[in-house]
Amino acid sequence: MEEIKLMDEEGRRIDGRRPDELRPIKMKVGVLTRADGSAYLQWGKNKVLAAVYGPREVFPKHLQDPERALLRARYNMASFSVEERKRPGPDRRSIELSKVISEALRAAVFVEQFPKTSIDVFIEILQADAGTRIAGLVAASAALADAGIPMKDLVTGMTVGKVEDTLILDLCKEEDNYGQADLPIAIIPRTGEIVLLQMDGHMTQEEIDRALDMAIRGAMKVYEIQKRALLERYERLVREKEYIADISEV
Amino acid sequence: MTEEIKLREIVLPGQEIPLKGLRPGQGVVVEKGRAYSMYLGVKSVKDGVVSVTPLGGRYLPKLGDKVVGKIMDIGPTYWLVDINAPYVAPLHVNDVPWRVKEGELQRYLDIGDLVYVKVSRVSEVGQTWVTMKERGLRPLRGGFLIHVVPTKVPRIIGKGASMIKLIQEGTKCKIVVGMNGRIWIDCDPEKTMLVIRVIRMIEREAHTLGLTERVKKMLGMGVGEVGGDKANG
Amino acid sequence: MSSKTTENVISEIKRSWIEKLAISGKRVDNRGPEDFRPIKVVKGFVEKAEGSALVSMGRTTVLVGVKVEIGAPFPDTPDKGVIITNAELIPLAAPTFEPGPPGEEGIELARVVDRGIRESEMIDLGELVIEEGEKVWIVYIDIDVLNYEGNLFDASSLAAVAALMNAKIPYSKHDMGEDRPLPIKHVPVSVTWAKIGSAIMVDPSYDEESIMSARLTVVTDEEGNVRAMQKGGEGSFTLDEVKKIIKKSAELGSRIRKQYLEVG
Repeated sequence: MEEIKLMDEEGRRIDGRRPDELRPIKMKVGVLTRADGSAYLQWGKNKVLAAVYGPREVFPKHLQDPERALLRARYNMASFSVEERKRPGPDRRSIELSKVISEALRAAVFVEQFPKTSIDVFIEILQADAGTRIAGLVAASAALADAGIPMKDLVTGMTVGKVEDTLILDLCKEEDNYGQADLPIAIIPRTGEIVLLQMDGHMTQEEIDRALDMAIRGAMKVYEIQKRALLERYERLVREKEYIADISEV
Repeated sequence: MTEEIKLREIVLPGQEIPLKGLRPGQGVVVEKGRAYSMYLGVKSVKDGVVSVTPLGGRYLPKLGDKVVGKIMDIGPTYWLVDINAPYVAPLHVNDVPWRVKEGELQRYLDIGDLVYVKVSRVSEVGQTWVTMKERGLRPLRGGFLIHVVPTKVPRIIGKGASMIKLIQEGTKCKIVVGMNGRIWIDCDPEKTMLVIRVIRMIEREAHTLGLTERVKKMLGMGVGEVGGDKANG
Repeated sequence: MSSKTTENVISEIKRSWIEKLAISGKRVDNRGPEDFRPIKVVKGFVEKAEGSALVSMGRTTVLVGVKVEIGAPFPDTPDKGVIITNAELIPLAAPTFEPGPPGEEGIELARVVDRGIRESEMIDLGELVIEEGEKVWIVYIDIDVLNYEGNLFDASSLAAVAALMNAKIPYSKHDMGEDRPLPIKHVPVSVTWAKIGSAIMVDPSYDEESIMSARLTVVTDEEGNVRAMQKGGEGSFTLDEVKKIIKKSAELGSRIRKQYLEVG
């Protein structure tokens, strides 16, 4: 696959973006009727739905945590979300992602306010095109706010990578597959806490320094989109027919 | 009688709330001397305390609130009542207006029954107890139940209960509005459906002007016929 | 871990009330007994799938993705392609849906949708053979229920049929020439009825489903022939009721076909 050229002489990426340019992002909060909170996110070709149920008291009682709410996120890919059909059900990748996403969200939620309860977060990837863990986390954090869950702040995030020795933001599929490095990160903007961080590939220490700064600047743009979507949920005059789920019109 | 129109400031989780001499209340967290909202919610100031009420999500019980609950389980000396809050609320046999013998709870209230009860105790973490020992509190038999977002309840009740009285007068239905967003309606099917449509309209358009006039129109009442609250929002 | 909810506890109040309404031919949401909720079909929602459709029926929302891949035929049908239907009642869609492999409800849903498509001979499976006995096209129909507000059968079936009509066989991906649409022969439409008390109504909502005594799904083709049926629930239907339901299902099915499944 050496012949794939991920960046041209003018520094344009394979999909025409500049190195620090994000894919188009659209978001809609409150799209499901049965969940306590929900959000739909379109990020490039990624299509992601998140729902929150809870806080709800956990039964049987021996599963309760007397100190805090059990916050658990479940990341799941629809069978048709990827090129080759994926067998339904969790695999090792989705179990790992569920874990790191859960941990990132726990850092932002005041879980100690609802001991003995659970807060269940479900992330469904309807279409995947690189960066789904961050997209899922971003949608989940908006769904938590929609569910009236107390939080330090929203959690937001970004992926930074490297192609042709150049640092780039928000990798697309080809850059993810054939690039030199991939670093997803999630932050709590108000406190500056980094709550998710992974990396694979090859970067120098100097590149990592620059990559982190670049990723955080990019994440702050996503943060603005999350905030706008939450405000729109209440500013728009919802007609009853549109109460649900028109995720086709995002 | 004029209903006040207050501009409600919507705040986001993590948004700074300038204290300016105010004390932080519910929904506000203070870190390193600065205050922040915990919720997507509405900011309000009362008696020198600034607080944030979440816009959505489950009902957060407050002492003295009257709510519509559903019996979900029966223990030896209590019923467990689902009040749409994070915790289920016990209703103890001493908190009902009947003398109930142990083991006979089911004869009075069974699983699935609706009750109109009052929040009698809220623990620090929000665990809640309810009582039926007060005038007007009772099992709700028959009728129909709908749900609204708890934060829209004040609008449906209206100032001095003006809105709910208007709907009751216009339809002659018995209506019980729980602060937890559950509304019980008792009358014939046609009228019940009218009440549901009116409540859904208020829920959707709670923040718009001329709400009372539109409610009257839906109820087929002449403008200004009932009450006198013409200037409401 | 499970959280106790009253979701499964159907209030007696609601039951008697819906029954009372049903006797006078009325429904809580103001529909008549033969009215579907508003339907919306968005084809091609998942660009990465060979075919897809997002369908809402009132507030029920279902997404179906169709994947077409190369595989081996079943040994007993070496001259036919393969259809595999799967349904996931994902926990986003309702508080009572649990994570994990499909339970009996998900399996029944997948099988009923599958039967309608298979028995109506919607797809000419003979056309899906690449090399007899060796290589055929396998058509995966994956149903993802996104929001459960009643009548998953009809919403899922409509989404599956719309997704199949929208699907292409990816010849180009395998350097076998140009992509082609699936060989569609018939267009089945599923229509589901609920029985509450003595009343019968189409496209039951969540509340109606939770109190119905019996359910009947009838799949008809464009000629009004019956191609699949499924009765559910512990209650029963009379012979007259079944005959009437079949007749009405063909009528309503034809309307839905015209409005949402016209070829082109």
